[in-house]
Amino acid sequence: MITLAGCAVELFDTGEGDPLLLLHSGQGFVPDQPYVGMLSRRRRVVAPSHPGFGKSELPDWLDTCDDIAHLYLELMDRRGLAKVDLVGCSIGGWIAAEMASKAPERFRKLVLVAPVGVKTGPADKLDIPDIFAMPQEKVSQLLFHDPAKAQVDLSKLSDEQLTIIARNREALALLAWEPWMHNPKLKHRLQRVACPVLFLRGESDGLVSADYVARYAALMPDARIETVARAGHAVQVEQPEAFAASVLGFLDA
Amino acid sequence: MKAWHFSETAYPYLPPADEFESIRVSLPNRNYDPQKGAALYDRYIREWQIAEEEGVEIMLNEHHQTATCVDPAAPLMLAALARVTSKARLLILGNPIANRRQPVRVAEEMALIDVLSHGRLEAGFVRGVPYEVLPANSNPVRMNERHWESLDLIVKAWTNHDGPFSHEGRFFNYRAVNIWPRPWQQPHPPVWVSTTSLSGSARVGAHGYVQAIFLTGYDGTRAAFEAYRRGWREAGRGRDVPIDRLAYAALVYVADNESKAYAGAEKLLWYLTANKVPLHFAAPPGYAGVAGSVAMMKAAANRLSGLDQHEHFGRPTTVESAKERGLMFAGTPDQVYAQIKKFYDHVGGFGHLLIMGQAGFLEHDDTVHGIRTFAREVYPRLKAEYPGTRLSGAFEGAAAPAE
Repeated sequence: MITLAGCAVELFDTGEGDPLLLLHSGQGFVPDQPYVGMLSRRRRVVAPSHPGFGKSELPDWLDTCDDIAHLYLELMDRRGLAKVDLVGCSIGGWIAAEMASKAPERFRKLVLVAPVGVKTGPADKLDIPDIFAMPQEKVSQLLFHDPAKAQVDLSKLSDEQLTIIARNREALALLAWEPWMHNPKLKHRLQRVACPVLFLRGESDGLVSADYVARYAALMPDARIETVARAGHAVQVEQPEAFAASVLGFLDA
Repeated sequence: MKAWHFSETAYPYLPPADEFESIRVSLPNRNYDPQKGAALYDRYIREWQIAEEEGVEIMLNEHHQTATCVDPAAPLMLAALARVTSKARLLILGNPIANRRQPVRVAEEMALIDVLSHGRLEAGFVRGVPYEVLPANSNPVRMNERHWESLDLIVKAWTNHDGPFSHEGRFFNYRAVNIWPRPWQQPHPPVWVSTTSLSGSARVGAHGYVQAIFLTGYDGTRAAFEAYRRGWREAGRGRDVPIDRLAYAALVYVADNESKAYAGAEKLLWYLTANKVPLHFAAPPGYAGVAGSVAMMKAAANRLSGLDQHEHFGRPTTVESAKERGLMFAGTPDQVYAQIKKFYDHVGGFGHLLIMGQAGFLEHDDTVHGIRTFAREVYPRLKAEYPGTRLSGAFEGAAAPAE
């Protein structure tokens, strides 16, 4: 744990090599997922659980991804991470984009995996479908290339695991509820992100569309897009090898 | 005991339930015919007037994007009632202040109605049921915190008479609060709060506000009222909690003979059975809190009915089971009096009976028969037996250690 602005944040810091700051999705950080090991075999992976997720505290003043971006810039100061590679998935991509817009000089390269955070489409259509207003089966179809992988047997989980699921869901709602999945200011700040940026998107992602990613990438001067086959929203979970190959290939190039 | 006629002003002319996903939030309003709706408003307002003529008080509430309660701006309806009635107390239960962005506007609306009605307002505040968050686009996380900041600010707006004050809180900001009109009643209209959590009940008790609770049955109601009384006592309000601080809402139908009563009661069940709401509207993230969400997931894992949209309603499908659980009082006057007395004794006493006396296809004549039979045959006995100054929680006094 590390205390940032009075908030105790759960922190994983593992592996050796150039530092890579990894920001998890709305599902929370699960250190034993295969993609984490694939990254940490090559790099030092620094991965906080966002406030309200996992076992990190949720201070009563905190309610935006912008708040968390400030916390994590402080995290970099405290850990002596002058300049890092930054990888963010989904809502973690939103936080990563916020960070890069505030302190572009501190990021060598940026990877945004199916990120949310901007609103570029028309007012009468949600850019990101409302996952809280549809049945869970439909959410799974949007999130996964193979929805069978979404099945979780709740009866096999401990109270502690169920508590983390509940906390993650609550924290995601707190951050994303209004405006839905975005910060209206962010798209006016991303022109400052000067480093090379890679957008990764699963070809079956029903949440973050190809159009959305294209419009998001166009907001930054040096961004490219890769699509991962047979993956949905959580590319890192569904296709860990392809994910690690793309991320490390881009960072090493 | 005071009795209140409560109508949700429902719109029952719907397609079969298997043809729509939800009666709330997403049911297209092409299913609403404004002319039929106008006739229903005429009728429901007339029923409130009849309640007043019979000496029964008036209650209404507010819901959004739903056929179950077509009153999305309850202060407007209350303002109309203020002008077509002259003596009944007017209870709004309530203002969903965790979902309303402008607490001072709510304070103004309530003050206006209080003056308009010459001091007959009873101002209720509710957190709002889960399916209200989407229509209001209201974050389901931290609703409780918003609710209490808003309520405290509203009471301050009512009671401050010396020019503008400022409020810079966690959720609401104002630089110059100075409402006109101020309320008729001094220091302010009676405040009611509905809550179902035990910590919420204790907090309402600590403030001394009236607590209302809906369809929670024998044991749920008893636990909530116990929590209220505990909160009241721990806040230093003394041992004695008068029953007029506690209210219970139930389905009530009284008729002059048993078969008629049963037929009316059957129609009232619409309240419970028509409430088709899918889980994603009924359990938005964060609404139930972490512990509540864990309990729901465990119930789902155990294949219990805990994920049912209204576990506190329990979805009884028969008059008998609803009566058994204390959700409904129905029968002849003698039977209903006995049912209420039994419930009263079980929960430790309460001073307000909120009568859900109209629902779905309970037609006007039958609704009026229910109101009149209750008012003439049951209500006088309840008033005589349970004056508002009577104390609640007598059994706790017996069990409590000497102070």
